[in-house]
Amino acid sequence: MSDNHSQDFVIRFAGEGGQGLVTSADAMARAAANAGYYVSTFSTFPSQIMGGPASSQVRISTSPVLSSGDSVDVLVSLDEYAYNNHREDLSDNGVAIYNSGEFQLPGGGQYFGIDADELAKSTGNTRAANMVTIGAVAHLIGFSLEEIDAFITARFTRGRPGDDEIIESNKKAIRLGADVAANSGFSVGTLAPPSPPDYEQIMITGNAALALGAVTAGVDFYVGYPISPATTILVWMEQNLVGQGRFAHQVSSEIEAISAIVGAGYAGKKSMTATAGPGLSLMGEGLGLAWMAEIPCVVVDVQRGGPSTGLPTKSEQSDLMTCLHPGHGDMTVPILAPGSVEECFEAGALAVNWAERYQGPIIVMSEFGQAEKGENIRKPDLDAVNVETRSVYNGSNGYARYESWGENGLSPMPIPGGPGAYVANGSEHDEIGDTTHLPRHHIRLTERRFKKMGLLNDAHIEIEDEGATAMIMSWGSSKGPAREAYERLKADGVDVGWLYSMALNPLPDEMKAALEQANIVIVPELNYMGQWSAVLRQHGYRAESVTQYTGLPFKPATLVDRIAARVAELRTEKGTVLV
Amino acid sequence: MSNRNPEYDFVWCPGCGDFGVRRALEWALERHVAEHEIPQSNYVIVAGIGCSGNMVHLMEGDQPFGLHGIHGRTLPLSFGVKMGRPDLQAVVVAGDGDFLAIGGEHIGPAAARNVDVTCVVMDNGVYGLTKGQSSPTTEMGVTTSSTPYGKIESQMMPLKYYLTIGVSYIASHYSSKPRDLANVIQDAMNHKGFSIVHVQSPCTTYNDTYDILKGNRRKGIPGMAWEVPEDHDPSSRQSAEDLLGRPGIPLGLIYKDERPTLQDRVDEIAEANPRRTPADLLASYAL
Ligand SMILES: Cc1ncc(C[n+]2csc(CCOP(=O)(O)OP(=O)(O)O)c2C)c(N)n1
Ligand code: SF4
Ligand SMILES: [Mg+2]
Repeated sequence: MSDNHSQDFVIRFAGEGGQGLVTSADAMARAAANAGYYVSTFSTFPSQIMGGPASSQVRISTSPVLSSGDSVDVLVSLDEYAYNNHREDLSDNGVAIYNSGEFQLPGGGQYFGIDADELAKSTGNTRAANMVTIGAVAHLIGFSLEEIDAFITARFTRGRPGDDEIIESNKKAIRLGADVAANSGFSVGTLAPPSPPDYEQIMITGNAALALGAVTAGVDFYVGYPISPATTILVWMEQNLVGQGRFAHQVSSEIEAISAIVGAGYAGKKSMTATAGPGLSLMGEGLGLAWMAEIPCVVVDVQRGGPSTGLPTKSEQSDLMTCLHPGHGDMTVPILAPGSVEECFEAGALAVNWAERYQGPIIVMSEFGQAEKGENIRKPDLDAVNVETRSVYNGSNGYARYESWGENGLSPMPIPGGPGAYVANGSEHDEIGDTTHLPRHHIRLTERRFKKMGLLNDAHIEIEDEGATAMIMSWGSSKGPAREAYERLKADGVDVGWLYSMALNPLPDEMKAALEQANIVIVPELNYMGQWSAVLRQHGYRAESVTQYTGLPFKPATLVDRIAARVAELRTEKGTVLV
Repeated sequence: MSNRNPEYDFVWCPGCGDFGVRRALEWALERHVAEHEIPQSNYVIVAGIGCSGNMVHLMEGDQPFGLHGIHGRTLPLSFGVKMGRPDLQAVVVAGDGDFLAIGGEHIGPAAARNVDVTCVVMDNGVYGLTKGQSSPTTEMGVTTSSTPYGKIESQMMPLKYYLTIGVSYIASHYSSKPRDLANVIQDAMNHKGFSIVHVQSPCTTYNDTYDILKGNRRKGIPGMAWEVPEDHDPSSRQSAEDLLGRPGIPLGLIYKDERPTLQDRVDEIAEANPRRTPADLLASYAL
């Protein structure tokens, strides 16, 4: 079995929150990434602080990872509940390692026990239990122990007196674990040699990539209110957005957050906040003000399960309708929905540029499943980020701030401290900002606000196999699993095509043309209502959803089955398309 | 809007107290500009929604910048203006409903931050713009359109509330003495920190309190307003509490606590922690 090379393994650590599950997956991921593999981590945990069923997994692959996979090759169960809860996910020749210090399983199964705590003690380092387990996992997947040694050396070389001892005990722990696995006789195969990328990489989570992208584009004002899964962006900003001319702060509510970024955006700053569904709901009125008074600002919605407090630490894409129309009245907000950790960086930067360019609010829709997912991605080229800054009014006083939109383009924005003092007005106004209800002003200003969205046509799109029986068009964090499904369906000879747009609103012209042409668009999305396909139908395109509302991301295999079945339905026996 | 715009939607009713407050604010701004040689364009008026907030459109003479946002959010909006651009002067104008009811949740945080913003609150004890409903400062028992059987909540005491939650500069005044009020507003603007000038600004249409405030000898009504005594020590919390224990409406400075502002603390952190460039940050994610 062990000379059986595999391109890809999923390893899951399951137990209770607070047991270091994430640390284990992260260590495994970093060791593999350093060795030249592509990795992606994914965790689920309950909302409680300590305890409660939790798991953290890593997918290690010889090519870039698109999803968290279909099944698990190695399951590490720290307690019996975890074993029972996750064993269904094991692949046919998957192997479970269970914590025999905690519970026993009857003989004869595809599993073996290991008392990691006891073995760690024997190394003299009780904190090395994770490494015992990792050693066992490494043996099962044929991953070189020397690569893990290298990781351990790098991790624990901290210039402290005890470093060497810690490194040695961890290395010992790795070998103790590997020995137990070897004695068990099990193996799940051997990881094929890596095909390392020819470009430089970084290891980063979706939320950190998004924050870094935004700061690269010049965000210099951030406020937020803690909420899963957006809190890590607040924490990141508080830590990193320091120094003269920058401000990051925790405020008292999402109402304060949106109001403050509107105030700062009005005053000339590149301002941003991040939240999740409950906070987004509170921001509706403030987003309307930014739209109405034409003030640049960026709101990140890291989606979780909703409505109400919903599922704070689960995957769902159900905020789309709210993001499209967060406030009352004739308004909408441009939306970027990154579909990978790499795109989180891109979207963070582009959102800031968009806000500056069209002078208004932008929403970035991320999602729990990609927020804390750690991946080794191509190192972003900071010099390639084109940093845009709003056009600022430099004329004399007595300026009609809301005047021009036409041959002269969008009127430059006066900034307090400079010329052109005006009232940025959330009530309907005339060209100088004075409140008015007169129809001609309301008509002109309404049209101006929508029309300037036409400046936002440059987010990246993907169009492949146009003219297929069905076009798959996922969005946001479901892009990865949908892409994996698409590739498998193609390999199986199913007649499907691929559409992807990081911008959901407005849709790029080229994407609209492709949608126009499509026989039918199938939208994999994580919500009950089929929100994106509803929007596409509203635009006049033929679209339907493949939905899932489990709180978990899609498995590619699920999508393969469901899309293949649907495509088969869509074709007659003669192979002509019915739709 | 310095030259009256014939298409503008809003005018105050004759006799509205907000006229006097506007005059006072204009004078205060003028003098503050002259005193500090700051250009007028560095001033931002953040206005609430209500008759009072419309002041931002009705200022005469040189125009400051204005932000006329949404109901109740003047404090977080001005927080964004001021923390984003500490070089600007931010002045809030808002009504009692805007500031104390829907916007009440923001006063405590603003006080705790001691953000350097000056608020001119126009208290008419009623919701003017929505035509006469009760407000937090409407007296208990009073009949309004929304309290047809009399108001059944107690009246809020804003000055005591400000003192309790740590507002660092508290003054009280009324609209009938714009020259004195201008001095108080100017002084509040000179205070480094969060300052509130709480102004009794009668609503002639829904709650005409001129007689009650100023007194009317002919009708035999004693005035409620009284000057803060010269010997009052505004730096003493105890004195401020004692002062507010007296009935009526004090005119003048009640409390003033000179302590660091949020910006002072932010500057300290900025000094100790140099800017991190995107390249520095990116480097921390190297494999
Ligand atoms: C969210 C919201 N709720 C309600 C209103 C309606 N509204 C406009 S002004 C106002 C009250 C105004 O009272 P106050 O703040 O005391 O100002 P005044 O008109 O008395 O100066 C209300 C309730 C609104 N504009 N927005
Ligand atoms: S309704 Fe009252 S507060 Fe409003 S403008 Fe008239 S007098 Fe002034
Ligand atoms: Mg009022």
